[in-house]
Amino acid sequence: MSEAKFKPGARVKVMKAYPLGHVRTPYYIRGCTGTVERICGAFPNPEELAQMRDGLPKLPLYRVRFRQKEVWPDYRGNEDDVLEVEIFQHWLEPA
Amino acid sequence: MKEDHGNYRPLSYFQLMELSLRELLVEKGIVTNEQVDATVEDMRNRTPERGAKVVARAWVDAGFKQRLLENGTKACEELGLDVPALKLLAVENTPQVHNAIVCTLCSCYPRMLLGIPPEWYKSRNYRSRMVREPRAVLAEFGLQIPQTTQIRVHDSTADMRYIVLPMRPAGTEGWSEERLAALVNRDSMIGVAVPKGPND
Repeated sequence: MSEAKFKPGARVKVMKAYPLGHVRTPYYIRGCTGTVERICGAFPNPEELAQMRDGLPKLPLYRVRFRQKEVWPDYRGNEDDVLEVEIFQHWLEPA
Repeated sequence: MKEDHGNYRPLSYFQLMELSLRELLVEKGIVTNEQVDATVEDMRNRTPERGAKVVARAWVDAGFKQRLLENGTKACEELGLDVPALKLLAVENTPQVHNAIVCTLCSCYPRMLLGIPPEWYKSRNYRSRMVREPRAVLAEFGLQIPQTTQIRVHDSTADMRYIVLPMRPAGTEGWSEERLAALVNRDSMIGVAVPKGPND
């Protein structure tokens, strides 16, 4: 298993990439910056599993918290409303 | 089984496909009819009453609630509920925070505790708007969240599964777990509703 690069509280940016294939990083969150809420554990890479491969080594999976106002600039609601998304480590870079 | 000749309808496209595929799998010895029946039975047994049992226990047992929030999968095992392979995260509603669950990519859902997801959960409308304008979507469900309450929307994109631990309704002090569980409806565990009140 790959080691977890980010700790809870770390600021991270989701890569703005558009690879083909089965990807579990939603489009709308690519390029956004958030905070690691927790490390969920390590899981096989779904992009590899979709190709009938074993997805190993397992990759750290994070739950990242984003402020709605930063994801959607015209967001209407509480300033503190947040969105939490599970993102695999290879989609994250330090922010 | 009683024979009913009055309700005959031709098989739909998907029913026919399912039947053909199942027959082939059985014929090739990959699965048996008994295994298929047992799996269907198992899926039918998963209903929101399971989730309600977990919520009611958390309401009456502070230690269990703590364990549920720390490790949902393990806490469910205490109640004899097996949550295979996936990790369950329980997220707690408080007067300051309201949680709601969506899967924008497909329809990931805590089936082991809530059964089969409702149609609207899988709809493009819910999936695309819940992350974009949750307050408007919740209002359409009849749930007005005060502006001062923080909304946390959980997009269930990978290996976690989420269940909302709603707030215990006021006026239920001293109620038994069974009685409390009857107040916990499916939608309150997805976060698009709150549990019924003691007089509802």
